[in-house]
Amino acid sequence: MQVDPGSVLVLSAILFAIGVFGVISRRGAVVLLMGVELMLNAGNLALVAAARVTPAGGELGAMDGQVLAFLVLAIAAAEAAVGLALVIALFRHKGSVDVDLARMLRW
Amino acid sequence: MISLATLFPLAIALPQAAFWGLALVAVVAALGVVLHRNPVVEALLLVVVLLAVAGIYALLHAWFLAVLQVIVYAGAIVVLITFVIMLLNLGPEARGGPGPLTVVLGGLLALALALLVGRAAAGLGPRVADAAWNPQFGKVAAMGKALFGAWFWPFEIVSLALIAAMVGAVVIAKRRLEE
Repeated sequence: MQVDPGSVLVLSAILFAIGVFGVISRRGAVVLLMGVELMLNAGNLALVAAARVTPAGGELGAMDGQVLAFLVLAIAAAEAAVGLALVIALFRHKGSVDVDLARMLRW
Repeated sequence: MISLATLFPLAIALPQAAFWGLALVAVVAALGVVLHRNPVVEALLLVVVLLAVAGIYALLHAWFLAVLQVIVYAGAIVVLITFVIMLLNLGPEARGGPGPLTVVLGGLLALALALLVGRAAAGLGPRVADAAWNPQFGKVAAMGKALFGAWFWPFEIVSLALIAAMVGAVVIAKRRLEE
């Protein structure tokens, strides 16, 4: 008995869509970052599911999907650190984390 | 009450059922993350999503990634997010949520995305190459061989990116923006 990778991809699509919705519809910068984390997780889920369907003797090694997911995990950590630093800078400057207030580059 | 010890053999016996259970938890918690108004509750629901995804990794035989997901994501990243929420003393969003137009447009876009990818994924069919599966698949040794073999340069570049991000985060969060 194995998990069907197709159903994992469907779940990944749903999670990604929820993340997109969160990023589009919310104003709080922290919530926005959480939406991005959701999307990164959805992408990772798809990569791990793909690693499960890759034949071992194929052009891509069988572990490649998981290695890519590992690299995405590291980038997600970097993204969270920089993103939250930006949130703190925004809060210091504007007294709020409402992303609609971050329009210093607009005239 | 069903204990964790009885659930675990059940998950091994019925991986697809376990997957649907975890998927349901993940989707409901993810909806909570984007719809709830209180940031602390959102962060805690994010932990639920991440743990459910870690369980799915384990079901897909990505053992090492499942452990990493718990340590790095549910551990470090969510702690960082919670720390910032507490530091800035963020309450529920003051203004009344997103406008109806944003919700409708965002919902439509999200739905279109889910349908598009879901439709492509439905044609994938069952996985191939099951018979001679490497028992090392997804474990630390195989992962390390891949990382320091074919994936050496991407791995090193990512560590460089991590250092750059760390320095950048310190600089951005420390200095006050000039008026």
